Amino acid sequence: MATVEPFELDAHVVACGFLGEAAVFALGDGRVVIRDGELGLTVEAHDGGLLAARFSADGRTLISSGDDGRVVRTGGRGETETLFEKPGKWLDQLAEGPQGAIATAAGRMAWVRLANGEVVEFPHEKAVGGLAFLPKGLRLATATIDKAMLHWVSAKGAPVDMPWKGAHTGVVVSPDGRFLVTTMQEPALHGWRIEDMKHMRMTGYPTKVKSVSWSAKGRFLATSGANAAILWPFFTKDGPMGKNPLQLGPRDRIVTQVACHPTEDVVALGYDDGMVLAVRFGDAAEVLLRKPGAAPLSALAWDGAGVRVVFGAENGEAGVIDIRG
Amino acid sequence: MTNVSQPIPVTVLTGYLGAGKTTLLNRILTEDHGKKYAVIVNEFGEVGIDNDLVVDTDEEIFEMNNGCICCTVRGDLIRIIEGLMKRKGRFDAVLIETTGLADPAPVAQTFFMDDDVRSKTRLDAIVTVADAKNLMARIGDSPEAEDQVAFADVILLNKVDLVSAEELAAVKAEIAAINPYAHVIETERCAVDLAQVLDRGAFDLTRILAVEPEFLVADHHHHDETVKSISLTAGDMDPQAFFDWINRATQEQGPQIRRMKGIIAFKDDPERYVVQGVHMIVEGDHQRDWKADEKRESRLVFIGRDLDFEALKAGFEACRA
Repeated sequence: MATVEPFELDAHVVACGFLGEAAVFALGDGRVVIRDGELGLTVEAHDGGLLAARFSADGRTLISSGDDGRVVRTGGRGETETLFEKPGKWLDQLAEGPQGAIATAAGRMAWVRLANGEVVEFPHEKAVGGLAFLPKGLRLATATIDKAMLHWVSAKGAPVDMPWKGAHTGVVVSPDGRFLVTTMQEPALHGWRIEDMKHMRMTGYPTKVKSVSWSAKGRFLATSGANAAILWPFFTKDGPMGKNPLQLGPRDRIVTQVACHPTEDVVALGYDDGMVLAVRFGDAAEVLLRKPGAAPLSALAWDGAGVRVVFGAENGEAGVIDIRG
Repeated sequence: MTNVSQPIPVTVLTGYLGAGKTTLLNRILTEDHGKKYAVIVNEFGEVGIDNDLVVDTDEEIFEMNNGCICCTVRGDLIRIIEGLMKRKGRFDAVLIETTGLADPAPVAQTFFMDDDVRSKTRLDAIVTVADAKNLMARIGDSPEAEDQVAFADVILLNKVDLVSAEELAAVKAEIAAINPYAHVIETERCAVDLAQVLDRGAFDLTRILAVEPEFLVADHHHHDETVKSISLTAGDMDPQAFFDWINRATQEQGPQIRRMKGIIAFKDDPERYVVQGVHMIVEGDHQRDWKADEKRESRLVFIGRDLDFEALKAGFEACRA
């Protein structure tokens, strides 16, 4: 039986995860809260609201952006460093890339800050809805109105337009770099196979898709937005076209967060009533990790070993679940 | 634990450049009315106020529903409101200032068409600041000025000290011709009791109709040969016929309809049914029981441009039970 260590953080949990053993929560009021057993640490990372946060691939720092126009890196002992600053801008998009690059965006402008501090601007005709780096070669994918785009960061060259009508509100790239998928204002995903720009439509959701997670080795893309987690298969050459997705953890509530296990075919699901389940892909076996709470789940993540799950909700309810009991 | 269930009221502030919008905005931001506002503006420099909850944005309009021209929304508002909701508790209400040239429809439609915005906020009112001296000229030379009057729940007729009694009467008649249902307040330098502007509940049918039960009673106006507002009345209606007709009528005349509001008495239904709409968007709900001393009457008003009065009247009357 899983054990839950609960916290009351008193603010919208924008993102959560682990830095080493410590559970870390990025909160909508600008704070970053670090909890490690009895130890607790609060960092005022932003002077104002915190809008987006990502954990670095090496698992050592949290990067966050806010309406104070700053991107801040926070370490496990609460040390902070300002990586980027654009006073007056709401930096509501954030991505972490290879070679220490980060990307952020406000309105119609995206910026990439390279590890050496150099900043490259990427103006857009319409607002930037999402950012993601390709796994290799320092290329930035952006989601915007009526298209996704692929930009070269260091090399010169015109960006590649990937047209698809509608407002694209987020973007992810598969771990092997072959597929690009956007979330949309309408309740749907749109995908492209990058090598030949073949389109993939993924529809049928009752609400907007806000949380997506690649399973181990990128075999499935787990998604929120329905009464179950919808997992699209990406393990064949053609991606999910013509195949039925897995539907895991069906309930009469909407799934708001998904987080795939780092190595196993297991997904953790958070619902709009705050409940958390873990579900195995093969036989759809379910394990209850957290009973319903008082608000929709807004953040969910596994640790690197795949034995603990950290979660947070819109009302500041949060906790760490240890599945070893 | 913060409260996540209470929807945040949103006031939309429109008005042509120079009408006094910024003066009103500054008053709302500085005066002690017990509420803290998050403000979404388009011309950052103009506000000139130190408030950490002022957000600068570029109006970004896009079409929903695969290109239906009526169903446009403000994408930037969806994103900003999503961001603001992560800071709930820091403010009590949201104020959106539109540019002088803006059509208010996409702003209003955002609050009907985006599920997240709709679940976390409620559109309180569209407030239009109009300049008594220049409004007539603006209506003559720009469709947006007329849109802003037509969509308004509250019109602040500002700078009345700069016009003669005759000019004032003419501009008030013009407003009444475009939108006879707005609450018009005459001011100098936007000196108005803010309670008359904020927290109006103008899109909350249960509230406005209870406060101003006679506001829907008005005749249609002919103006410049085009019909800008229509009021229709009848007795009990057949629900099936009414829903079929209102959906069809708003699809057909959606581009011409700016606002629509009504109270409907359905045959054998003890409760009042209330409807409202913006262009092609229609929403409705049962409100409360008809009172014993209340006349069961169906009333429906349209504010728009080039409305087909005869067609709307005939369609409405064909729904009588």
